[in-house]
Amino acid sequence: MSSTTTRRDFLKRTGVLVVGFSLGLHSRADAAVFETGAAPAANQLDSWLAINADGTITVYSGKVELGTGVSTALRQIVAEELDAPFEKIAWVQGDSDRTVDQGSTVGSQTIKRGGAQLRMAAATARAALLELAAPKLGAAPGSLEVASGVVRVHGDPSRHISFAELLGGKRFERTVNRAAVPKATTAYTIVGKPVHRVELPAKMTGRHTYVQDVKVDGMLHARVVRPASIGAKLLSVDDSALGAIPGARVIRKADFLAVVAPREYDAIRAAAAIKPAWSESATLPPMDELKQTLMSIPSTERGVASDGTSGAGRVAKRLAATYKWPFQMHASIGPSCGVADVRNGKATVWSSTQGSHTLKSAIAHLLGMQPDDVHVIWIEGSGCYGHNGSDDAAADAAVISREVGAPVRVQWSRADEHGWEPKGAAMVMQVAAGIDASGKIADWDYQVWTPTHSSRPGAQPGGEANFIAARLMGMVPSSRGSLGGERNAAHTYSVPAMKVRAHLLERAPLRTSSLRGLGSPQNTFANESFMDELAQLAGVDPIEFRLRHLSDPRAVAAINAVARLAKWTPRVSGSSRAPSNGVARGRGMAFVRYEGTEAYVAAIVDVEVDQAQHRVRVTHAYVAHDCGLIVNPDGLKNQIEGNVIQAASRALNEAVQFDRSRVTSLDWRGYPILRFADAPDAVDVVLIDHPELPSVGAGEASTSPIPAAIANAIFDATGVRLRDVPLRV
Amino acid sequence: MPSSTIRITVNGAAHDIDAAPDTPLLYVLRDDLGLTGPKFGCGLGQCGACMVHIDGAAVHSCRTPLSAAARGPITTIEGLGTPEKPHPVQQAFIDEQAAQCGYCMNGMIMSAAALLAKTKSPTRQQIRSTLNGNLCRCGTHMRIVRAVERAASLGASQSGGSDE
Repeated sequence: MSSTTTRRDFLKRTGVLVVGFSLGLHSRADAAVFETGAAPAANQLDSWLAINADGTITVYSGKVELGTGVSTALRQIVAEELDAPFEKIAWVQGDSDRTVDQGSTVGSQTIKRGGAQLRMAAATARAALLELAAPKLGAAPGSLEVASGVVRVHGDPSRHISFAELLGGKRFERTVNRAAVPKATTAYTIVGKPVHRVELPAKMTGRHTYVQDVKVDGMLHARVVRPASIGAKLLSVDDSALGAIPGARVIRKADFLAVVAPREYDAIRAAAAIKPAWSESATLPPMDELKQTLMSIPSTERGVASDGTSGAGRVAKRLAATYKWPFQMHASIGPSCGVADVRNGKATVWSSTQGSHTLKSAIAHLLGMQPDDVHVIWIEGSGCYGHNGSDDAAADAAVISREVGAPVRVQWSRADEHGWEPKGAAMVMQVAAGIDASGKIADWDYQVWTPTHSSRPGAQPGGEANFIAARLMGMVPSSRGSLGGERNAAHTYSVPAMKVRAHLLERAPLRTSSLRGLGSPQNTFANESFMDELAQLAGVDPIEFRLRHLSDPRAVAAINAVARLAKWTPRVSGSSRAPSNGVARGRGMAFVRYEGTEAYVAAIVDVEVDQAQHRVRVTHAYVAHDCGLIVNPDGLKNQIEGNVIQAASRALNEAVQFDRSRVTSLDWRGYPILRFADAPDAVDVVLIDHPELPSVGAGEASTSPIPAAIANAIFDATGVRLRDVPLRV
Repeated sequence: MPSSTIRITVNGAAHDIDAAPDTPLLYVLRDDLGLTGPKFGCGLGQCGACMVHIDGAAVHSCRTPLSAAARGPITTIEGLGTPEKPHPVQQAFIDEQAAQCGYCMNGMIMSAAALLAKTKSPTRQQIRSTLNGNLCRCGTHMRIVRAVERAASLGASQSGGSDE
C-alpha cells in the first residue's frame, strides 16, 4: 500500500463498522487534507470548521469529551462566536488525521485553551462569511449582521444569505486570524446558558458508542494475561488446554502475554485456561512503611517558593505536622479497551485516549512504523479522570493485531484495570509554622515527597516505552523528570516568610501517573488541614483565620460566599455539640486557588461520625466556585458535584492495597468507592460568574479542598485530628 | 462446554443463539445481537453496569448464563426507549442531566426502572438502597437520585415503553 493512501480508502479496506456512530460522518469540504496522514495545520481555518452544503457546520476539535461535558461547552463557544444555530453544529473530535493537534485533553485546559483556539477560528470564519456576503448583498461588510447562520443587512433583513449559500461545501482557504476580535461577552446569547449536553439522550438510551462498543469486520477478541506480580518474568506457557476452545491462540512477546479468539467469551475462557509460569520477586515495600519508603527514595529537591526573611523572632507558638496520602486509582467503571487494525504497514487504532496525536506517534514507534502511517480515532470511553489504562489497552491491541494480522479488540478485565492502571501518587507532606502574638502566621515551611504524576506515553522516540506492552517486551522508559507533585504545594496566603520545597522522587513502588488534580488534592489536604490546626492554636474561627491572610478579593469573595451559603457560624473548631446516639457531627472548611493561578474554590462540609461503626459520612457539602467566565453553568455544577463526591470517596475510602509483589486491590471489594448509601444528602454550589474575565479550568479544581474540609469537619466533630488518608475514625 | 442452540426473547423478539450454555448473557447481547447498551464493568456482579431485566427484575447479565436467561423475557436499555421516544425514567435522567461519562447509566436506569415498576413512589431511602449496588465514579449520585424521584413523579410505572 502506498503512503498516499487516503483515509477513505483506508476505511474501505479495513471495513470499519462502528455501531451507532452517529456524528462526524459529514464529508469535509475538501478531502485533500486527509491524504498526508498528518494532522491538519492549526493555522488553516479549514482545519477547524467546515460549512456544509446542507447548512450544518462541522467542527473539528482536537480536545475530546471525557465525560465532563466539554463537547457541549465548546459547541456553545463556536455557536456563539459564529452566530450559528447550536443544533446545526456537528462535532468531530480527537481524530489524528482530521483534527488539529490541540494537545492532550488534560489539566483542566480544554475550555481555557482549546476553547480560546476554537473561538478565534469561529471569529475568523464569521468575518470571512461577512466578506463573502457583502458583494452578494450589495452592502458593505460593516452594514451586515449575522443571526442563526444567516448574514443579513442591518435594518433590511429581507436582504439575506445563508452560510450554506455562501460557502456550503467549499473551503475557506484562509488562515486563522490570531488578531480576530471576538464578540463582546455582553452580547453573548448561548455562552453562559445551561444548555443540555448533546450526547446524553444517546447515553441514556444505550445508543452512545463507547470504545468498548466498537466493532470492526473480522475483529478478533483478545484478553491480556498480565504477570503474576510486578516485574515477573515469563518462564513458560502451557497452552495445552486451548485445543478445546475454538480458534483460541496464545500471543507472546517476551513477557507480554495475551490470548485471542473469534468469540469474546472464548477469549475470556482462553485467558483462564492457559498456565503461564512466572518468576516472581518481592519488589514492593511493606505497605505500613510507605511513608519511610517515600522519604528514603533518592530524589531531587526543587524549590517551589521562598519568600521573605525568617519571622522566627516574632513567633509566639509553633506547630509541625506530617500528612500522608496513599496510592489511589482512577477506578473507571468501564475497564480499558482498545481496538486496532495493523496490516500492510498501516495501523488504525480506536482508543479513548486523552491524546490522539501523541498516541499516534507512540504507537508508531512501538510498532516501528512512521507516525503518519498510524491513524488514531478517538472514541469516548468510561470516565478516565486522568491517565488510566486507555493508552495501554490501545498499545496492547496494536501489538496483538500486528501479530495475528487481523483487527483485534482488547478488553481489560476488572482485575487488569485495578491491578495495572497507572496509580495516583502516594505522597508525604510535612509542614511547620509559627504564629505571632496577634494570631497571624509568622513563617511557614513546607516539604513534600512525591513521585511523578505523569508517565504518559510520549510522542518522541522512546516515549513508547511507557506503555505496559513496551515494558513487558523489554523496553525501559527513560526518565522524563517529575511532573505535578508540587501542584498547590505553595498556598496563596500572605505569610511573611515562606519556604516550600518538593522532593521529586526518582522512582516509586508503583507506576504513577496523572489522577484528577495531580498533586493538588494531596498538597491542599496538608495545607488546609494545617491552616485549621493553626487556627486552633490561635484560638480563632477557621474562616476568620484564613481571611486574615488573604487580600485577593476573589479569594475573599469565594470564602464569604460559601460561608453565607452554609450559614457558617464563627467559632473555634472543635466546639461542636456532644454526640447524640453515638453520632458526632461537625463542619469544616477549606479553600484553594487551583494551581495558584486558576479557579478559586471554597468548600464547607458537614459530617456525621459514628465512631463505634468507624463510619464517616459527608451529609452536606457547600462549594463556592469562581473560574472566570462560565460557559455552561449546569455543566459546571455537574462537574463540581462530581468532584465533591469523588474527592470524598478518595479521602474516606481509598487506598490501593499491595503485598510485597503485587497490587491486591483487584475488584470493587478490594478498592471500595463511595456508594449511594454514603452519598451526601445534598451538594449545594454557588457559582461566581465573571464574564469580563477569561475562563480558567474547572475540571479538577473543586476536588482539591474537599479532603481537608472533611478532615477539619471530623476534628470539629470529635476533637481528633486525622492526618492520614484515607481518614479512618 | 459445547455449544447448543438456545432461544431467548429480547426486547420482544425471539432469537436462537448458538453458543455455549454457560456464556454470560452480556456477551450474547453485545456481540451476537448488537445490543451494546448493557456494559461490561467487572464481570463479578459488583458494579451493575451490565444490568438488564429478566421477567421485569434487574439482573447482572455478566453473571447470568445464557441457559438461565431463557427463563423469561429480557429487556435491555434499548428496549426501554429511544432517543426520540425515551422511557419516562430515561427522560427524567435527561431532564436532570444525571450523567457525566454515562458508562454506569445503563445499570442506573435499568435498576431504577425495575424499582419504579414495583414501587410507584419510593422514598429517597428506598432509591438509595436500590441503587447501592450500582457504582458511579464521576459522582453524579445526587442527580441520579433526583432523576429517579422525577421519574416517579412522572408516573414511570404506568407509562409506555416498559418491559414488554
